[in-house]
Amino acid sequence: MFNVSLEHFLFLGAILFTIGILGIFLNKKNVIIVLMSIELILLSVNINFIAFSSFSGDLSGQIFAMLTLTVAAAEAAIGLAILVVFFRNLASISVEKISNLKG
Amino acid sequence: MIAFVVFLPLAGFLYCAFLGKLLGDRNAQLVTNILLFVSAILSWIIFFRYLGPTNTTTLQILNWMMSGTFSADWSLRVDALTATMLIVVTTVSACVHLYSIGYMNKDKSISRFMGYLSLFTFFMLMLVTSDNLLQMFFGWEGVGLTSYLLIGFWHHKESANKAAIKAFIVNRVGDFGFILGIAGIFFIFGSVQFDVIFDTASNYKNHTFNFLSFNLSTINTLCFLLFLGAMGKSAQLGLHTWLPDAMEGPTPVSALIHAATMVTAGVFMVARMSPLFEYAQFTNLFITFIGATTAIITASIAITQNDIKKVIAYSTCSQLGYMFFAAGLGAYNASIFHLTTHGFFKALLFLSAGSVIHAMHHEQDMRKMGGLFSKMPFTGTMMWIGSLAIIGFPYFSGYYSKESILENAYFASSNMGLYAYTVGIVTALLTAFYSWRLLFMTFHGTTRASNDTFHKAHESPKVMIVPLAFLSVGSIFSGIFLSDYFIGSKENDFWFVSLILSHNEYHLPFLQTLIIKLSVAFGVLSAALVYFYRKELANSLAQNLRPLYSLSFNKWYVDELYNNIFTKSFFYLASLFWKRGDVRLIDEYGPNGVSRLINISSKFLSLIQSGYLYHYAFVMLGGLVIILTWFVYY
Repeated sequence: MFNVSLEHFLFLGAILFTIGILGIFLNKKNVIIVLMSIELILLSVNINFIAFSSFSGDLSGQIFAMLTLTVAAAEAAIGLAILVVFFRNLASISVEKISNLKG
Repeated sequence: MIAFVVFLPLAGFLYCAFLGKLLGDRNAQLVTNILLFVSAILSWIIFFRYLGPTNTTTLQILNWMMSGTFSADWSLRVDALTATMLIVVTTVSACVHLYSIGYMNKDKSISRFMGYLSLFTFFMLMLVTSDNLLQMFFGWEGVGLTSYLLIGFWHHKESANKAAIKAFIVNRVGDFGFILGIAGIFFIFGSVQFDVIFDTASNYKNHTFNFLSFNLSTINTLCFLLFLGAMGKSAQLGLHTWLPDAMEGPTPVSALIHAATMVTAGVFMVARMSPLFEYAQFTNLFITFIGATTAIITASIAITQNDIKKVIAYSTCSQLGYMFFAAGLGAYNASIFHLTTHGFFKALLFLSAGSVIHAMHHEQDMRKMGGLFSKMPFTGTMMWIGSLAIIGFPYFSGYYSKESILENAYFASSNMGLYAYTVGIVTALLTAFYSWRLLFMTFHGTTRASNDTFHKAHESPKVMIVPLAFLSVGSIFSGIFLSDYFIGSKENDFWFVSLILSHNEYHLPFLQTLIIKLSVAFGVLSAALVYFYRKELANSLAQNLRPLYSLSFNKWYVDELYNNIFTKSFFYLASLFWKRGDVRLIDEYGPNGVSRLINISSKFLSLIQSGYLYHYAFVMLGGLVIILTWFVYY
């Protein structure tokens, strides 16, 4: 049978993290995708936490994962709320058009 | 009692400053006059107490400064010298206060004027009653300040402002020497208290110090520095240019500050420091030289001036020259005696001139006067008395003091003494000439004033005449009354410990007194000839002696000389520093340069700010990676 080792989990986490990062950078259309990418990054962190916790027999990593999930949920709620207000003001959520900070 | 003498004028000033506007001009005049007259009466009482041998009394008010071994008190020190100055200052000041009621009656800021006068009197009294150099410096600067304020009293006149600033700046030059002298005295003697300095002065008789590889005598240098201060304040040659310009102020001010009191502060200071100056042989020569030269040069200027106040101003310079060469020759008592009598008759002359100016509606040019005696006989008489006193007509006050100065110069038996004596006699001639020129041009002959002004000319009100009468009594009798105490048989008892006396028992030989009197008479007669009997002579003399005349008329070109040497070069230097140094160097590379640099760099830096979210996120990530790498590998 196929033996699942720690490396596989870490590899999965790294892939998810990279997808998240690339999602932020390569996306030009939609701010919601940026939010989703951030969720992905957080999830990859969670996977790392849980993998290490399970393989080293220490529960505190999983407790941390629960904490991260909560924070991620709160962050998603706030992010979406900001997004709604933003859309009301500019009638757009395109990342390319958001450049008010340009110097 | 002395505290009242000194602080009543201050109370008058405070009244004018805080309540003057509120309670009206009339009250300000009343209050300051009453306070000043009380102060004057008290100082006469003090003076009479000091006629006999009386020890110095010092009233300590409070400690002013304590710093290491340096200590200075506020205290009032009274001895015969101070008592003499007290009567001169308070009497003249009281007369001027009274006179100002009449002279300034149409002015807009009467209470300010009275306040300044009282403040000046306070500072002057602080100066003469100080028992250390620092308090003296306080009074010294205070009278300088009030002099500035009063010269520029009519601040709407540009010339008055300029004259005020000029007086202040020229005085600064002298004060610089004075304060260096004070610092030097503290450095050498370890104290600025007069008693300490005088007691230990003899220890430093041969003390020298090294300066730029020259061995200089300490006492000579210190006295020289102090005398620089005196030169500025007393308008001696070199630093005299401010005094004639100071005539821009109201006439009572000229009488009080620029004739009777403040300008004599320098003479007083030299007399006060006489135990120190006694050892400064070289500086004494210098003082004698400067005094004598000032006396003759300023007198030679006075004979051609047309402004009635300028004539008297130059005459003041010249008389101060007399006082200084007397002091330089060690005859401090004769010097102070002349200071006292001069205070009376010069204030009288100035106030009489003020009375004329008042009658002529602020016309000061003598060429537009003449024949005024019939219109204002009292003022004319007063001017005659003042002039008789200044030329030393027998038994008038100036006779005693000037004669004693010349006597001391004659018996000084040194080249410098001979120089001073000769100059003194020539100056006496010139003094007689310009005094009578002033009298004839103003009061006698046919008038040159316009019909209208001449008809409107009138005798001044009583409030202006009464002070003249007071001062004329002083001008006539102060000589007879005081000569015994100041220079005569009772001088040792009177001065006691306050002055260093030179003992000189001789009297001028008859021939010499005759020469003096004849030269004075010659001066008077030639003035009468030129300005009364043969008026065309004045012009033809001026024509024939063109170079001499223009030299005198243009005040020996001292102002022009200073303009070209100091003022212009300073202007050039200042504009160099301003335009090249400040604007083009400091501003360019300093504030302006930095701000321009920030502008440029921020424009460049703002290009980085794209405003796109993912750029920021990317930079954050990059930063995070770099920091993490740093932590992992180091």
